[in-house]
Amino acid sequence: MKDLSYHILDIVQNSLNAGAQRVEIDLWEETPTGRLTLKINDNGRGMDADMLKRITDPFFTTSVKKKVGLGLPLLKQNAELTGGSCSVESESGQGTRVTAIFNRNHIDMIPTGDLAITLKTLIASSHERDFLFTCRRDEEGFEVNTAEIRSQLEGVSLASREVLDYISTFIRDNLKSMT
Amino acid sequence: MNKIKNLADLRDLKDKLQTKTKLRDKSENPEQMVQVKVAMATCCIASGSRETMNYIVDELDKRNIDAVVTQTGCMGYCYAEPTVEVIMPGKEPVVFGYVDTKKADEIIEKYIKSGILVEGIIPVNYKKIEQ
Ligand SMILES: Nc1ncnc2c1ncn2[C@@H]1O[C@H](COP(=O)(O)OP(=O)(O)OP(=O)(O)O)[C@@H](O)[C@H]1O
Ligand SMILES: [Mg+2]
Repeated sequence: MKDLSYHILDIVQNSLNAGAQRVEIDLWEETPTGRLTLKINDNGRGMDADMLKRITDPFFTTSVKKKVGLGLPLLKQNAELTGGSCSVESESGQGTRVTAIFNRNHIDMIPTGDLAITLKTLIASSHERDFLFTCRRDEEGFEVNTAEIRSQLEGVSLASREVLDYISTFIRDNLKSMT
Repeated sequence: MNKIKNLADLRDLKDKLQTKTKLRDKSENPEQMVQVKVAMATCCIASGSRETMNYIVDELDKRNIDAVVTQTGCMGYCYAEPTVEVIMPGKEPVVFGYVDTKKADEIIEKYIKSGILVEGIIPVNYKKIEQ
């Protein structure tokens, strides 16, 4: 994966494939230490203890159409390359939480990439699900709550291009003002 | 925490869109919509499915085609990523391989708009592979 925004898209696909109705994506940067924490929390079907043990093994997947699962091992690898870590907590029937910690200042840190496009892609292709995206840098931050936006739109689809553009612009503007 | 709290903005947008949808609704009914599924597993994302998906979402709208665009897991054709499945109303699904934005443009213009098949179809025993 080229950058963090692609990892986020990829890890959230796991949540969507696990039937999650709600996915929370939380990106938090602490500038004094350079620590960047990514949390992806879903209410999908989760995993049992046995499966959880094998999940970062690149040769483990429950997909019947292929032989390897790469999403989580790649995220773990990129986090560990910066001296960080990646962990997965899950309970069968309850949901899953993926936490990846990076060191932003490390030479091997991947770029952030285009978070607005990743969010747009997720909302466009799964507009009936709820996404809560929060992005924080120290004390500053912003959030996009699609359940809230949907209720404001009164029947107009979240997947309308104008709405998607509006949300993307909101994310871009806020990211800009945070730097 | 900054929020999308400019509700007036969203409402304006909503009103504008509601009139637009009303105009279109007359001719369309949901079951008659084109369905487009973009495969979005790790291998697909690495080979450009995010770009393909965004292009398709934007272009279908710009060209006034009412379609449902969704994501699916790996379709099992990793060698031909990004892959896109198109279901025209009343027709069998067709899977296209190596769909970059150029190919996507061709699929929209020829297959979706005029029903003309374009190159790049993955010959499928598709139904057997489906879980
Ligand atoms: N959020 C989740 N909820 C439930 N199960 C999950 C979740 N994330 C991962 N899994 C399980 O762990 C397996 C491995 O995930 P991983 O992302 O590494 O590979 P994959 O999704 O199978 O394939 P790939 O990501 O390469 O397309 C999945 O097949 C799935 O069974
Ligand atoms: Mg995956």
